[in-house]
Amino acid sequence: MENVDYMKLVYQFHKDMLANRFTLVYEGEITHQITKAFTSLTENKMDSYSEDASMKRKVFHVMVECLQNLSKHAEDYKVLNGKGYSGEGIFIIGRTGDNNEDYHILTGNIIQTSKVPDMEAFLERINQLDKNGLKELFKKQMREGSLTEKGGAGLGLIDIARKTGSKLEYNFIRIDDKNSFYTLRTTIIRNQHI
Amino acid sequence: MEVIKITGTDDTPNVILDAEKGIIEFSGRSLPEDVLSFYGPVLQWIEEYIQSPNQKTEINIKLDYFNTASSKVILDILIYFETIAKQDKEVIVHWFYQEEDEDMEEAGEEYAEIVDVKFEMHVY
Repeated sequence: MENVDYMKLVYQFHKDMLANRFTLVYEGEITHQITKAFTSLTENKMDSYSEDASMKRKVFHVMVECLQNLSKHAEDYKVLNGKGYSGEGIFIIGRTGDNNEDYHILTGNIIQTSKVPDMEAFLERINQLDKNGLKELFKKQMREGSLTEKGGAGLGLIDIARKTGSKLEYNFIRIDDKNSFYTLRTTIIRNQHI
Repeated sequence: MEVIKITGTDDTPNVILDAEKGIIEFSGRSLPEDVLSFYGPVLQWIEEYIQSPNQKTEINIKLDYFNTASSKVILDILIYFETIAKQDKEVIVHWFYQEEDEDMEEAGEEYAEIVDVKFEMHVY
């Protein structure tokens, strides 16, 4: 990018964030420390306008699972000092709904193009299940799965779908033969009876 | 066996493992950076405990939050106790949840469905 007017760009970013009701946008390395910092920042913010306890719990839960997915599954993850993982990605949380009553969390990261079909099939499978189906899948995965060396249990996405009661929105953009960009949007709807 | 007491942090739970009293307890929050390295020593202790368990073991789970990786470890822990419950040892899981925390209540009910151990639900 040449001849960029950075002063205008900053103002444009500011306007875009407000227009899209994004309250936190981050691009870069996602570590456990970042996960803790973002969740506590969001909790404090929700406390400042006395957000409902159940909404707070759901937002916290979905944030942790989304951030841990990024730190563990993003294609270019690194092992940090022998323990812990970090991955590169984009993380966004914002308000949505007609009266800002709902929240959504958006993530994006690079995955291997060869892994896209399996990932897509898994997301589709989750989206086809109802409340009871999700519960059974969660229980089955918990019983039959085992923790990977990275500490993943394969439960995060199923759990997000259960806790939010909303369908997972996702997209894969092919970058080249090797890499694709995976985006996920999860919406936490107020008073969702699930 | 040595009594293990681990003080919780903002991402790891308080843990009490007391063989003499037959009490196993987890409280607080569980979303450790590395679930295997945090729970590894706990699982090791439990493996040893079930070799010669007390006549009665009480497991108190009073977590206000746990991530999905921890939920898998909790199941693994409960399954250890299922084996001794089958050997005529008394095992009771006291599952605590906050009044309006339906997710936590439901999580307890699900474990009770999966594992063949006596559960008592408590609101706190």
